Amino acid sequence: MSLRGKTAIVGVAEFKPSRYTEGETTLGMLAKVASQAIADAGLELREVDGMIVESFAEAPFMAPATLIEYLGMTCRFSEVIDLGGATGAGMISRAAAAISAGLCETVVCTTATRREKRSTSGPKRTASSGFTGRLVDRTPTAEFEVPYGAIGANYGYAMIAHRYTHEYPLSPEQLAKIAVAQRYNACHNPDALFYGQPITVDDVLNSPMIVEPLRLLEIVMPVAGAAAVVVTKAENAARLPHRPAYVLAAGERTTHKTITYAPSLTDTAIRGAADDAFKMAGVRREDIDVASLYDCYTITVLLTLEDAGFAEKGRGGEFVDSHNLQFDGDFPLNPHGGQLSFGQAGTAGGMSHVTEAARQIMGRGEARQVRECEFAFVNGNGGIMSDQVSLVLGANR
Amino acid sequence: MTEATTQPAEATPYLKPLPEPTTASKPYWDAAREHRLLIQRSKKTGEYVFYPRIVSPFGIDDELEWVEVSGRGTVYTYTVAHRPTGPQWANDGPYVIAIIALEEGPRMTANVVECDPKDVHIGMPVVATYDDVTPEVTLVQFRPA
Repeated sequence: MSLRGKTAIVGVAEFKPSRYTEGETTLGMLAKVASQAIADAGLELREVDGMIVESFAEAPFMAPATLIEYLGMTCRFSEVIDLGGATGAGMISRAAAAISAGLCETVVCTTATRREKRSTSGPKRTASSGFTGRLVDRTPTAEFEVPYGAIGANYGYAMIAHRYTHEYPLSPEQLAKIAVAQRYNACHNPDALFYGQPITVDDVLNSPMIVEPLRLLEIVMPVAGAAAVVVTKAENAARLPHRPAYVLAAGERTTHKTITYAPSLTDTAIRGAADDAFKMAGVRREDIDVASLYDCYTITVLLTLEDAGFAEKGRGGEFVDSHNLQFDGDFPLNPHGGQLSFGQAGTAGGMSHVTEAARQIMGRGEARQVRECEFAFVNGNGGIMSDQVSLVLGANR
Repeated sequence: MTEATTQPAEATPYLKPLPEPTTASKPYWDAAREHRLLIQRSKKTGEYVFYPRIVSPFGIDDELEWVEVSGRGTVYTYTVAHRPTGPQWANDGPYVIAIIALEEGPRMTANVVECDPKDVHIGMPVVATYDDVTPEVTLVQFRPA
């Protein structure tokens, strides 16, 4: 069974990223952004019968029920998605699947991350806490990676970048160009964290080395934020206020959690996810008008350009040189600025690639609107190239 | 073949995160304490796998057996952390985190020690070395071969 054209994104909402929140609850942020997305879709809370959320600070379990109760909703479908940075894209594929299967009609997909100054260094923050600050033990990661300082994500992407440059040609300037183009886009998006702060290739190359070979301006800035998306049956979409962004396809691959055990560091699971998505959509790579690619690091974008099939393997650097990646260029990439310049609000950062792709299809890109935007490709990436979810969105069924 | 790097008895307490051996991994950690590298091998295909498991990833009809291996390998990839990756590494200066490809096939993460981080490169031959970080725990590390 295909998901093609059976559902559409009809509402989006997103908080402007901020460095810190003070006294907020993630529950409150989730409820607020979900309500805003439902209102944006021209719907009432009672018209939404599906809830997809991630487990969150105040609800490490029973997350959907906690949010459904808070909003006074009654849902026919509730789910938690746990795909790291691919969670946002994965929420859309599962909403589309649930609606297509008749389990529910309209789903709100909700992500939020609060971030308080003290939470970065409190006694609970141990090295074994991995990405999220949650304590986990007896995991292979805690046992075989953490004792070596293999903690967080920076080190893993740095190791990927080193391996890539060992196997294929790629210059620091080519990687830097990705960050520069996205900053240009962010300077056309007043909601971006780095709005009004353009950068040059030299700025990137002169920024401090964090984990060789990745420099500060090639690494996302963690922020607080929230994003929500409403998905409904295609038949409902036409009567709602916005031009729908139809879900034409989804594809997904997961092969590993920890980069040590990835089948390949340079030929990633994105390939399978993207191939499945393009096949389901019946859309060619050259039909894509905007690419909304998960960009926790510059190297992530480079690998995605190749493995999603826009550039040949090993020629991503050349692709960056021969294309203009700005929203007004010949290969519009992450018009909102990407997470590198918009900010990474936990999984809401990953969701920003969905909200932006949808806004571009809806014609709501404002100063950064990509011209004649009919097809969007989204890729979500979780962990260290672990969970991959690709989506194709379109202006028509 | 391998070389011990032991701490003096009066050393300051070891403050970095320690592994907690499980029923699956106890033979690995017991061997490390004896400065030997033990990993698992498929009885069916002869392929090696790391980290230790109680179920084989090579087939549901397979079983894994423990085998002592050479400890030799090469640097598959690496990074030099110029900023600490965790608070307990704050005073370590630039240090190498690497994926080592063992000559038997599996990859494992470790630090490359006993050399200048500037000298580490992909393909560099390395050999296991054993760091007795506490009386109970020995970490397997790698140094230039």
